[in-house]
Amino acid sequence: MTSIAPGTTATATGAAVELEAVVKSFGTHRALNAIDLTIKPGEFVALLGPSGCGKTTALRALSGLELVDSGRIVIDGVDVAAVPTNKRDIGMVFQSYSLFPHMTAIENVEFGLRMRKVAAGERRGRAAEALDMVGLAAFAERFSHQLSGGQQQRVALARALVTRPRVLLLDEPLSALDAKVRVQLRDEIRRIQTELGITTVFVTHDQEEALAVADRVAVMRDGAIEQIGTPEELYATPRTPFVADFVGLSNRIPADLIDGRVVAHGVGMELLGEPMDDGPVTAYIRPEDVALASEGIRATVVTSSFLGSLRRTQVALSDESLVSIQHDVDVRPQLGDVVFLRLKGAAVSAVRRTT
Amino acid sequence: MTVAQAPALTSGDAGATPRRHPLSGPAQVRPARRGVGKFLGLTPFALYVILFLAIPTILAVTTGFFTEDGAFTFDNVMGIFAPTVLATFGNSFLVSAVTAVVGAVVGALVCYALLGTKAEGALRATIDSISSVLAQFGGVMLAFAFIATIGTQGLVTRILAEVFGVDLFASGPWLYQVPGLLVVYLYFQVPLMVITFMPALEGLKITWAEANATLGGTPFTYWTRIAIPVLAPSFIGSLLLLFANAFSSYATAAALVSQGSPIVPLQIRGALISETVLGRENMAGALALGMIVVMVVVMWGYSVLQSRTSRWQK
Amino acid sequence: MSAARRLGAEPSRITRGLILGVVGAVFAIPIIAMIQFTFRNGLGGDNTLDHWTGLVGEDAARTYRGLLQAVGNSVVLAIVTVGIVLVLLLPTMILVHLQFPKLRRVLEFICIVPITVPAIVLVVGLAPVYGIVVRVFGSGAWTLAFAYGITVLPYAYRAIQSNLDAVPVVTLSEAARSLGAGWPTVLRLVLLPNLRRGVLAASFISVAVVLGEFTIASLLNRNNLQTALLQVSQSDPYAAVIFALLALTVVFGLLLLIGRLGAPRNRRTE
Repeated sequence: MTSIAPGTTATATGAAVELEAVVKSFGTHRALNAIDLTIKPGEFVALLGPSGCGKTTALRALSGLELVDSGRIVIDGVDVAAVPTNKRDIGMVFQSYSLFPHMTAIENVEFGLRMRKVAAGERRGRAAEALDMVGLAAFAERFSHQLSGGQQQRVALARALVTRPRVLLLDEPLSALDAKVRVQLRDEIRRIQTELGITTVFVTHDQEEALAVADRVAVMRDGAIEQIGTPEELYATPRTPFVADFVGLSNRIPADLIDGRVVAHGVGMELLGEPMDDGPVTAYIRPEDVALASEGIRATVVTSSFLGSLRRTQVALSDESLVSIQHDVDVRPQLGDVVFLRLKGAAVSAVRRTT
Repeated sequence: MTVAQAPALTSGDAGATPRRHPLSGPAQVRPARRGVGKFLGLTPFALYVILFLAIPTILAVTTGFFTEDGAFTFDNVMGIFAPTVLATFGNSFLVSAVTAVVGAVVGALVCYALLGTKAEGALRATIDSISSVLAQFGGVMLAFAFIATIGTQGLVTRILAEVFGVDLFASGPWLYQVPGLLVVYLYFQVPLMVITFMPALEGLKITWAEANATLGGTPFTYWTRIAIPVLAPSFIGSLLLLFANAFSSYATAAALVSQGSPIVPLQIRGALISETVLGRENMAGALALGMIVVMVVVMWGYSVLQSRTSRWQK
Repeated sequence: MSAARRLGAEPSRITRGLILGVVGAVFAIPIIAMIQFTFRNGLGGDNTLDHWTGLVGEDAARTYRGLLQAVGNSVVLAIVTVGIVLVLLLPTMILVHLQFPKLRRVLEFICIVPITVPAIVLVVGLAPVYGIVVRVFGSGAWTLAFAYGITVLPYAYRAIQSNLDAVPVVTLSEAARSLGAGWPTVLRLVLLPNLRRGVLAASFISVAVVLGEFTIASLLNRNNLQTALLQVSQSDPYAAVIFALLALTVVFGLLLLIGRLGAPRNRRTE
């Protein structure tokens, strides 16, 4: 594949980006509730969260498309909160197809250079390089209606990158695409980002997508960041039940907090996150932290599905609560089978349970 | 009435075969009617359109080639090129072109002003309905309205005369002549533009403006490089529709113009009523042919323009 | 300030107010002048309610008999025209949509022709056709609806077609057929309920067009609302203007209703 990217030298290290106590309200709704976020130069950060959590607003605040009520937005050490979008030197790819319909692919890519008054010859050359980078050199003269959804988003990516922006902002760029194209393009975005070393913020509601591409993932909730960390940290040590629930799959199992440790079905587990007072809690336990055993917690098989390299089975406990477990594909539980479960005792997050 | 018998009346085979249980299996598929038979359903509409659209249109454009006695002649058609008739076509063209251009520009401005208002909100619903009324219902009523406003005894005429000492009719009774049509026609041209152009303007995506800004563009470049080029084909299309609309408009002029027949539709009226205009029979047919030619040329020009300017459209 | 406004994609409140205010005022003046006209007492400067009260007075029925008859004619014409739309156009459109997809463009072309062929041209050819119509159907006022059915074709077509395009008609009827429904049932229970909005809009717009039609009626020497208004205006301009205003209000109401029908009922929320 082509690896010569425009501006490899110019943006070899992207800009540092910082949000400081940024507040943004729409009417009575606080979309951003004093959010703080620090992104290192060249880092790929994903903002992950359910719809309405403020992730898109945070991105739009960075881009200047949304003006914030208070707080600082710092790019490369300069507060840009009052700088209009067209002066912020950013590149952005939108969720909906945003190519200009009356321009060909290459004219679209040239647009940003035209706005920067780059001479025609250089403009063409750089635009062609950028199209080549996203693998669409052969489609330069196509109009957007002649391109597939995935191709349109590639052109949009080339258009956003050709001006060598300091920051690349991606607003759910994959959500309108087919599952297969989505995976393909997401890997390609990561490859190009790594090559260019451009600071990138990627908004998504798909946890798998976020975990797959980002250096760090910020899980957002109610206009603030609940936890930020590498994908591995988030998955292994979710600091709150919300994160445990949103990142990966978790079983909610009634437990008790005794001497600061979570105890469920006679198994003691380390508590992640802030310490709590002893008492009844709900523990968030990963499917892979529950094993099938010859004796232990009695359960009845409800469903079992084949996931390629492993099998996930859902069972019902005696109190009718459902638990998901993950196991070898060789074990094939049948509907109605009685099985026994064992908790492996990995550290868990928990929330106070009111009985 | 015996409702129970109704199915037997409407569906031919319901009575013949015993009633099937709904779950007894797939319904029998009736063999598709073949050949000419299946087109039978289209005949009523086809007949209607032939009788009341095709035949009248053909009659209208061909009668000009015949004399009253049915003999073939070019006299009527050549009559179009008589200076007085040509002048009428010129007037019609002028009124249509001027009101189309002004109407399109003003109408587009109104559409622009409505951008960002809720499509189902009260403001839009009201403006949509008012526009539809004025665009499609104008006719005779418009003549009344303008006589009451700027007629010789009109409200505005009087206010201007009494308060400002301005005589609106210093240069003659212009309201009842071609200049009057220019003013009055705008009253249905602007609303027609609002109705036809608004969907195009609403088709502008907000992400285009956002993409423009993130790429370093200003509101000015958004309009000059994106919005206006994208809208151009629709704008010209609406403009030509306005032209055709004014060109074929009859009622307002018939109710307003007091003397003579300064535009083609009025001349057709004259020919139809007297049958002796310019001393020629079937002149109405020739004039109708002339109008159709102009309309077809306009439509053809539109399609040519469309194919040239909009390679990028689906 | 919203993003769209800051980016220049939408007008500022001041710009919007200015444009709508100026255009609105210019367009309101003639209507205001009409209303004011109905209160004028002859050429004198004073005002009177006589023109309005005259409409409900004892003699009104006699004085305005011609006009009232014309209103009646127009109502009958509107009803028959809607009938033509429902009986001839609607089934044909559904049939073409389901069975003859290749004919869709042809049907569209036919239905748009009346825009290119102005009423004033059509009437030249309609005159001889009506010579025959009168012999077959008599000279009842309603017969003019045959011509009006053509006049409303573009409007009615567009209203129904946009509904047809929005509803998966083919899938719906195939589903109903696969469940055992015959064509009459499909039409009655599946298609028509889904096309309700388009059919109603087509009917209302047809009524509006028919109530406003002048050209054909006038030149075929028929009597309808608009021709009668012009006639009455010669002798009693006040009554003519009052009736015009009333008609305007009625049609405005009709079109407002169309707008309501067109509004999506279940709005999607983010």
